[in-house]
Amino acid sequence: MSAVLDRPVVAAHQDPAPAGRPDVRPAGKRLGPGRRRQLAWVGPSALLLLWTVSSATGLLDPRILSEPWTVVATAGELIADGRLQENLAISAQRAGLGLFFGILVGAVLALLSGLSRVGEALIDGPVQIKRAIPGLALIPLLILWFGIDETMKVLTITLGVFVPVYLQTHAGLRGIDLRFVELAQTVGLSRAGFIRKVVLPGALPGFFLGLRFAVTGAWVSLVVVEQINATSGIGYMMELARTYGQTNIIVLGLAVYGILGLLSDGIVRFIERKALSWQRTLAG
Amino acid sequence: MAAHPGGLTAIGPARPVRSAVSVRDLVRGFGPKGVLNGVDLDIAPGEFVALLGPSGCGKSTLLRALAGLDHDVRGSGVISVPDRVSVVFQDSRLLPWDSVLGNVTLGVREHDAEARARKALAEVGLAGREKAWPHQLSGGEQQRVALARSLVREPQLLLADEPFGALDALTRIRMHGLLQDLVAAHRPAVLLVTHDVDEAIALADRIVVLDHGRIATVRPVTPEIRSSADAAGHEALRRGLLTDLGVVGATH
Repeated sequence: MSAVLDRPVVAAHQDPAPAGRPDVRPAGKRLGPGRRRQLAWVGPSALLLLWTVSSATGLLDPRILSEPWTVVATAGELIADGRLQENLAISAQRAGLGLFFGILVGAVLALLSGLSRVGEALIDGPVQIKRAIPGLALIPLLILWFGIDETMKVLTITLGVFVPVYLQTHAGLRGIDLRFVELAQTVGLSRAGFIRKVVLPGALPGFFLGLRFAVTGAWVSLVVVEQINATSGIGYMMELARTYGQTNIIVLGLAVYGILGLLSDGIVRFIERKALSWQRTLAG
Repeated sequence: MAAHPGGLTAIGPARPVRSAVSVRDLVRGFGPKGVLNGVDLDIAPGEFVALLGPSGCGKSTLLRALAGLDHDVRGSGVISVPDRVSVVFQDSRLLPWDSVLGNVTLGVREHDAEARARKALAEVGLAGREKAWPHQLSGGEQQRVALARSLVREPQLLLADEPFGALDALTRIRMHGLLQDLVAAHRPAVLLVTHDVDEAIALADRIVVLDHGRIATVRPVTPEIRSSADAAGHEALRRGLLTDLGVVGATH
């Protein structure tokens, strides 16, 4: 025992602060990400700067990737003759419709499956199977069934969208604390009241997580259906540009997709923050 | 009086209205060894009964049986409880996504629910906090919201499962005073589950000690003993309870 005590334990207690400095007690190490700041623009701006500098110095061949200013000029031309707006409108309509139906189907199925054992037995298995099949693999079948018109395009997006909404909402629903179920029973909530007051608000965080996956997924599916067989839309515009080797239009299409994706994700996050203001999380 | 809705419990013959709670030969078990082995208990309207016992003696099981929360538990016996029963848990169990007011009105069907909830919140000293989120309140305040939620439905029976167990000592003493005032104003029958001897003496009219799933002793508490006007009686009761609980050599 004494051998242990004889060890020079003092070393561990030595004060590393230089003499003469005021002894300020440091605050404890912060493990969270810190106060919320509006810094979302930093990363994308850095990327844009890199692209501009590389193009201006000739490091980047315009045949590989058009210069930013060419893309801006192209955007101006396409807006002037109305092609960009026209294609954007039709793309947005497809994505919007697909999202609408996908969210509806995913949320309703999650509720049915989460609230009853019969529902779960009937719904969960098929959804898991659908999840295992890549969405694009269904396109040949969908074309055979529905042709190549709008129905097939919206349906492809819907099928891609409903899975994440279902999965996350279902997980959120099943994650509701059993103690709240007990509480609902002791205060005499009806089944409808239980769903409205406990189940839906409790599943909302999961639903929003699914929604964010869904929005991104909708744009991804959109690209696919528009590049495979379409005569309008941003994807078609890019596919046409590929035939003529117009990198500037391809890059413009990519930029539009990127902006749409960021914008829609931002909108979902904004709604999420408003709807989940009761939460106290790292996001702040 | 309403027979207990739990499916496992036989509906007994109608009992005279003089008792708010009537439990006969209650048996509950999770495994081969029973948790409750034949409990008989009556609580008169307006009576405050404290249920005392060591951990695992079955006090929470008894309370959950009275609250109708033991769906999946094996058992038998006859339970009769009033129509309006409120439960206060050890955790405040507030819905984090609902405001304080929304939590208090939860499940209240009367159209004046909001006015009654505001009144109940004022009674527990939380007037003006109606719009706050639960996480913005301290632990004691959250438990006061839970009390307001239980009172707003004017219970004939209040079941409290160690409601102050998670609070600090000072807050707990304040909550004792608040609960006494509320019970005096609303006169529900109360069953308080606790493992705190002093809490039981401070609040109850009668203390029931549960041991190995049976009622071991029943000790009445007079107002003189409670207020320590009868200091010797207070000390004797305290020592008796500690002996019941098997705390050996309890002399302080």
